Amino acid sequence: MQVLSQIGGSVTDGLAYLGALTSLGGRAAYYTFIGPFRGRPLRLQRAVSQAMDVGVRALPILSLITFFIGLILALQSAYELKKFGAMNLVATAVAISMTRELGPLITAIVVIGRSGSAFAAEIGTMKVTEEIDALETMAISPIHFLVTPKFLAMIIMLPCLTIWANMMGILGGSLFGVAQADFTLLRYIQASIESLFVRDIATGLIKSVMFGITITAVGCFEGLSTGAGAEQVGHSTTRAVVMSIFLVVVVDLVFTLLFFFVGGNNG
Amino acid sequence: MVKSPAMAETKDEQQNSPMISLRNVHVSYGEREILHGVSFDVMRGETMVILGGSGSGKSTLLRTLVGLERPSAGEIWIRGKDLATTPPDELDEIRKKIGMSFQGGALFGSMTVGENVALPLREHTQLEDSTIEIMLRLKLEQVGLAGFEYYMPSQLSGGMKKRAAVARALAMDPEILFFDEPSAGLDPIIAAGIDQLILELKKAFHMTIIVVTHELASAFLIADRMVLIDKGNVIAIGPTAEMRASTQPRVRQFLDRVAEPEVAREMDYLQMLTEDRRPDDRST
Repeated sequence: MQVLSQIGGSVTDGLAYLGALTSLGGRAAYYTFIGPFRGRPLRLQRAVSQAMDVGVRALPILSLITFFIGLILALQSAYELKKFGAMNLVATAVAISMTRELGPLITAIVVIGRSGSAFAAEIGTMKVTEEIDALETMAISPIHFLVTPKFLAMIIMLPCLTIWANMMGILGGSLFGVAQADFTLLRYIQASIESLFVRDIATGLIKSVMFGITITAVGCFEGLSTGAGAEQVGHSTTRAVVMSIFLVVVVDLVFTLLFFFVGGNNG
Repeated sequence: MVKSPAMAETKDEQQNSPMISLRNVHVSYGEREILHGVSFDVMRGETMVILGGSGSGKSTLLRTLVGLERPSAGEIWIRGKDLATTPPDELDEIRKKIGMSFQGGALFGSMTVGENVALPLREHTQLEDSTIEIMLRLKLEQVGLAGFEYYMPSQLSGGMKKRAAVARALAMDPEILFFDEPSAGLDPIIAAGIDQLILELKKAFHMTIIVVTHELASAFLIADRMVLIDKGNVIAIGPTAEMRASTQPRVRQFLDRVAEPEVAREMDYLQMLTEDRRPDDRST
């Protein structure tokens, strides 16, 4: 009986958490898409500087990671494809798994580590030093002031980063293709492009937008619910990273299922 | 019947009507009730000091007065609106007419002092940048920080941070100014400077000022009237002289700085922790 009530309690907590995230995401979306037409201008300058932080500064590390992931994918698929003498399919395997799944996912995880945690730490510190309270007493909505620029930066930059990650992954795969599978660089890239449908890229990008919304909502929510004291900022940051990774995987699963079934079982 | 500021009609009546009226205000964090029915008025243009020990509920009271906490019961009348029932957008209208100086200043670390002070003006007014520039210089001059607009908050000393926070609180020309522990963490000379600033603001603008503090010297210097909060209740209220002459044991204990009787046994200590004291972590 006690176990049941404990399970019930966790489910209720989980749903309440999701509810709070949805509410925060919804308000951020309101201030991004509807607010500007109702006399609440977007803070574009802040959004641009956030976009620099979230996007441009993530490029070096993201490039390196996705290049390696592409190479690893090529090696792993070659291991199996070699048995069938189908080494020419390496390019296809890498291209499809990067654009449909690993590109968006790896990008999301890099962004969680760099920016999701930073959002939670920044907003959490502001909570501890009463800066969030100060905003409220000045009749400035913390969501409009702090969350919306991050939200806007994320939903624009994450798809951009994902496209970049896809390209770097394919490039990583080509290293193996050229060295071990009788491709020329041009042939490898041509084979990759030929194997891709627009929908492969599009589903990946739709997912990446959803990941961006998830990461912003979790990071900002954890920051805003920071308790009193500096150590609470650390807790919030940790929770933001763990919850973001978990929820990004859940969102990934939901959308993959959706595309699979709604897309007529072929994609 | 309680007269709310909204009901005061003639100008004369308005002068004598309370700026803030609290009626039986209860505030709870979850199941724990912090304020158990607080009632008092703050008159237009007066400086009211809210005194109380750590954990007395005075910081919670201040947070409630600026709308950061919602009362679970009771009424708070400011500018003819009851904070307890006001919808958020109307609450924001009230907030534009109040200024709050937080304990640690709460300046935004990523902006310069000038940007901090200009923020409410940029958010809530359509003023030209050049006008805002002039206004923020004026506000900084009022608090004795002329020429510091391009400094970052981290480059300022504790006292200067507080002054900058006061300048930001003054930005929208508020009718009511709130101070949370203005002298906390400052040396006596700097703290006296802040007291002086409060007195000057009062003289210059006839603002209604509410100060939460446990610094007795500062309280007696700046207050017109005082209210003493103990364990979430008002135990004394009155003009400074009346408070000083009070014979109430609990008031005397606070004003004469008499320590609580030491706990002799472990059980007494536990009892004190669980029943007597209601810890309020925000007030320290």
